[in-house]
Amino acid sequence: MKPFNLFPYGSNIDFMRLRTVSVLVAALLMAVSIGAIAFKGFNFALDFTGGAVTEIRFEQPVNVDDVRARLRDAGYGNAQVQTFGSGNDLLVRVQPQTEGEVEGGADQNTAREVQQALAIPGNPGTVLKSDYVGPQIGKEIAVNGIWALIFVVVGFMIYISFRFEKKFAVAATLTTMHDVVLVAGWFALTGREFDLTVLAGILSVMGFSINDTIVVFDRIRENFRSMRTGSLSVINAAINQTLSRTVITSFVSFLSMLALYLYGGGSLKGLAEAMLIGVVVATLSSIFVAAPLLTFGPLKVTKQDLMPKARDEEALARRP
Amino acid sequence: MLTYARWKYVLLLVIVLLSALYALPNVFPQDPSVQISASRGAVVDEALKARVEASLRQAGVTAKSVELAGDNLLVRLPDPDLQVKASDVLTPELGSDYIVALNLAQTVPGWLAELGGKPMLLGLDLQGGVHFTMQVDQQAAVDKRMEATAEDVRMLLREKRIGYDSVERRGRTGVVATLGDAAAAEKAREEILRSDPSLQTSIAGNTVSVQMGDAELRQLMLDAIEQNVGTLRNRVNALGVAEPIIQRQGDDRIVVQLPGVQDTAQAKRVLGATATLEWRAVVEGNAYEARDSGIVPPEALLYSRKELGVDGKPVPILLSKRVIASGEQMVHASAGNDPQSGTPAVSVRLNGAGGQRMFEFTSENVGKPMAVVYIERVPEVRIVDGEEVRSTRINQEVISVATIRGVFGKEFQTTGLESRKEAASLALLLRSGSLAAPMDFIEERIVGPSLGRENVERGMTAIKYSFMFILAFFLVYYRVFGVITCVALLLNLLMVVAIMSLFNATMTLPGMAAIALTVGFSVDANVLINERIREELRAGVPAKAAIAGGYDKALSTIADANITSILAGVALFAFGTGPVKGFAIALIVGISTSMYSAVSASRGIATLIYGGRRKLKSLAI
Repeated sequence: MKPFNLFPYGSNIDFMRLRTVSVLVAALLMAVSIGAIAFKGFNFALDFTGGAVTEIRFEQPVNVDDVRARLRDAGYGNAQVQTFGSGNDLLVRVQPQTEGEVEGGADQNTAREVQQALAIPGNPGTVLKSDYVGPQIGKEIAVNGIWALIFVVVGFMIYISFRFEKKFAVAATLTTMHDVVLVAGWFALTGREFDLTVLAGILSVMGFSINDTIVVFDRIRENFRSMRTGSLSVINAAINQTLSRTVITSFVSFLSMLALYLYGGGSLKGLAEAMLIGVVVATLSSIFVAAPLLTFGPLKVTKQDLMPKARDEEALARRP
Repeated sequence: MLTYARWKYVLLLVIVLLSALYALPNVFPQDPSVQISASRGAVVDEALKARVEASLRQAGVTAKSVELAGDNLLVRLPDPDLQVKASDVLTPELGSDYIVALNLAQTVPGWLAELGGKPMLLGLDLQGGVHFTMQVDQQAAVDKRMEATAEDVRMLLREKRIGYDSVERRGRTGVVATLGDAAAAEKAREEILRSDPSLQTSIAGNTVSVQMGDAELRQLMLDAIEQNVGTLRNRVNALGVAEPIIQRQGDDRIVVQLPGVQDTAQAKRVLGATATLEWRAVVEGNAYEARDSGIVPPEALLYSRKELGVDGKPVPILLSKRVIASGEQMVHASAGNDPQSGTPAVSVRLNGAGGQRMFEFTSENVGKPMAVVYIERVPEVRIVDGEEVRSTRINQEVISVATIRGVFGKEFQTTGLESRKEAASLALLLRSGSLAAPMDFIEERIVGPSLGRENVERGMTAIKYSFMFILAFFLVYYRVFGVITCVALLLNLLMVVAIMSLFNATMTLPGMAAIALTVGFSVDANVLINERIREELRAGVPAKAAIAGGYDKALSTIADANITSILAGVALFAFGTGPVKGFAIALIVGISTSMYSAVSASRGIATLIYGGRRKLKSLAI
């Protein structure tokens, strides 16, 4: 019985032919993402910003989009509207407009304004509860995030340099950053709510991305040692050899995340979405970004880089 | 060749059995229960049990059982509604001597619990939990700061040899120093400003008034609440709650959510108590006379000691108004035994400023007594005429009076504690930092478990679907090796659950997501191996050698890929909080176990299936 295969054996697609184009596309996407993050920013959830939460019960089910539009007209541009329980109950989160003195009154004030904005004829809403919620994430967390990033980058660099080679470490780290920035860019660009679980999702994209890249790099290293051809064909061969593994793994991971997205409920949607995009981006980047990076400029890998070094070259030179 | 050492099979068997054993407690549901523990002084005994049983019977609440468990009394109830009812009945009945808290009691059989079997803790999002709102008394923070400022001014004037008549607090945020004449006042003002330029000063005749600026005042209040949040975080960490939420709400409130807390009564006690220590000099004089007449020497305050005197009342003692060092200056405290007497003691380390003052004081006062004052603030709520009245009881006790035997600075010991337990709990309270301002519980809410149950169901559904899909895919794609992969994946899941249960990790929704993700890593390892085996077969390697080669060659790839992912997980854990941390824990555990299940365990199974065959022509892969 012949094995069931997604990819024919001995596939020999010339991925390296497009290496300049693919790296340029990656750089462009990264620039767009950074631009979106810098100029548009994230739609931070209350986890980050704090704000007023108002629960309103309507007599009849209401249209969430309509509610958002009404709130926008009332000046609450980035209101978050969520239904909970039956379709009649809404959870509206806004950042209070009244700056400055908050003496227990501001959130009530906001609640009133929200209620007025939502006074839909024939379907009055009653405010069930209104609270001011402080940000769960303060400055210290942002600082911690930067530390975590530095820690990860340094950790990757040390480990990969040790196990592989410096050029591989730089290429892998760059690729991982690329993937993370792209996913973050997606959230900035689409204005999806950015909460703690999205953060967790984006950070775990990092884990998935480095995993994917290392598998390809591992094969490149192996091929450099065993094949007697130029680096382009060595890298090409490595990508082709790992192609079915890459696709199967990504496919399976994608589908398990899809299950999370579909059945996990609202609180996991952000995380699942980040991971879904991350899996696709990380898979493509391990082929089209990470491997080509090893052929450019200072990152260009040669056979010599991976050959076991003579133990003590100086000592050898000194010999008569 | 394709071999798998016998000891590795034994190890595999042991791991499977242990995983199954420690994953087992998660199957047992938890009983809604009410837990009663004693506040300071009261005892939990059979009499209390009888009293609780009687009042429950009177209210018509049938408990599953009422049992004494260590220092607590546990009332198990058949459902959450009765649990709330029982709590409502018992709280007013028992009053402030006891702490009545809702809890979830384990139903894990004794033998399993004996072996250390515990179910995974579920986060607030999965099972509900306690929710406290605490009010920060900011005025107290201001008072404290102004007291300190007044003391600083006194010290400064004495140091600079400027004679003064008095230094007193005036109003809410002011200190007024009265000096001999206007020239002295001017000089004093200069010195005060030099020592702390942020203060606002003004001169009227021979008095200098020192005011705190509005900006400083606001900053002080902000700092107070921030410090309290930090302190609460430390205390909660000391309780072992993996994913607490501690956040500011409004201007002066802090919300604390403790998911999956096993002992809510303990939580409330640790969070609510504001204990601190003060080291003060003992003032000579007749303390009994001072207590009876009410006339206390001007430089002294009247305290009482913990011990009872011959008259049955606490022994009074006169202590200096000046605090040598206080809990805020403490860096670390740990419980242990006093090496000289062998009695329980708390070792204390002070910060530089505190150490310096302690050094100065002790070097001038060797042979004189010094006292340690333990100050505890216990919030109380009473119902008077149908209205809630909040008050606080402040217990100040001199817990030890010791003669200063030598000069010491930053590090020293406090002895005179009754038991090891007392030493440990004092050390914990001190270690977890002092609060900048006292706090009262103003709201205590139990987050209902129904929402949690819904979330658990959703998460389970997601995991179930992703698993079903993966298993089906592998069975079709890799056939026999697909079966091996599936067994490895299931073993991995079992191991993750077992480890997380054993180490008391808290399961949350993001944690569930991380488990789904680690399934991906486990899948990846298996796919790498299976694809390698296929490659070997294509290269014409004999079947058994192909299996062995596939496992060997994939190993370093899997190790490199997983170790880098774990690195990312460790960073998340080290620097993340809340859900991020939970996610990281599940990720790290999951990747680690998948290294074993995918690489070693699956190889054992493959060897079991194929290793014994003499002539193996082809593989079903």
